Amino acid sequence: MKDKSKTRLALKKAWKSFENILPSVLTVLLLIGFILTLLDEQAISRLLGADFGIWGVVIAAVIGCITLIPGFVAFPLAASLVAAGAGYAQIAVFISTLMMVGIATLPLEIQYFGKRIAAKRNILSLIFAIIMSCIIGVIM
Amino acid sequence: MARLKRFIKRYRFFLLLVLINGLLFIIEPELGQETAVLSVHNLLEMLSVIPPIFLLLGLMDVWVPRETMMKYMGKDAGIKGGIFAFVLGSFSAGPLYASFPVAAVFLKKGVSLTNVFLFIGAWSTTKIPMMLFEITQLGSKFALIRFGLNLIAIIVLAIIMERTTTKEDSEAIYKMVSRQTDEK
Repeated sequence: MKDKSKTRLALKKAWKSFENILPSVLTVLLLIGFILTLLDEQAISRLLGADFGIWGVVIAAVIGCITLIPGFVAFPLAASLVAAGAGYAQIAVFISTLMMVGIATLPLEIQYFGKRIAAKRNILSLIFAIIMSCIIGVIM
Repeated sequence: MARLKRFIKRYRFFLLLVLINGLLFIIEPELGQETAVLSVHNLLEMLSVIPPIFLLLGLMDVWVPRETMMKYMGKDAGIKGGIFAFVLGSFSAGPLYASFPVAAVFLKKGVSLTNVFLFIGAWSTTKIPMMLFEITQLGSKFALIRFGLNLIAIIVLAIIMERTTTKEDSEAIYKMVSRQTDEK
């Protein structure tokens, strides 16, 4: 009997924590909808399709930070960008920031970790992504 | 009335964005439709990922004792704890934002900050299935170099995060995290 009530408590906790973040999640989802409408695959291809040197890396970092695209869409996109003439440094920074930095999901991250830690994690991730892309640009 | 007020206050940003989307529908029907379709698509994806995670987390919160989690990934777990956190993150699925609630419960259960950030880092960039997909799309040289560099970045990041977080900060997170899952 004790187990049953414990499991019920688990379900209650699950619902509680889900409902707690639901406003932020819904906001984030709509934000992403807006961002991806403005920055769809064609727009990203236009912005990243050529090797613009250092500016290409900056643009790629900005796009990677503000968009949220799952890997199974991002990698084929990246492959087509390479085929179109984008530099590897650009592609690397785009993929890394896409995965590690999330401006759109920041409200959610702040709700869990507070402003300071969320900001720190994102800024450090951005710095690392840029350093990594420079190294990749040299090696590739 | 008070409940409605509370609802509006909590969901104000969401409601505002819905309103903007509605206006967009009137001014630029094509764009409005595109954002709405994308948002609904994202919502469905979220609903397939988040509720199961929360269910598992609720069960973990109640059933897994704090001592067990501390033993495997706490401050004194050493390198093994780090590797464990990294492997857990690498074998997960779902977008980065899905890792935050998991990390929160980990913190509550006494997992060290370093290991929590290793977990988040691994979740974000070194997922094994994605890795294989990256190799097929961008070639093994690019994928493996990126994987190696990312691995270093994740470790350094976790260490920096741990070192620069003050005691007050970590206590504040701990409080925030407890509030997320416990009854008000």
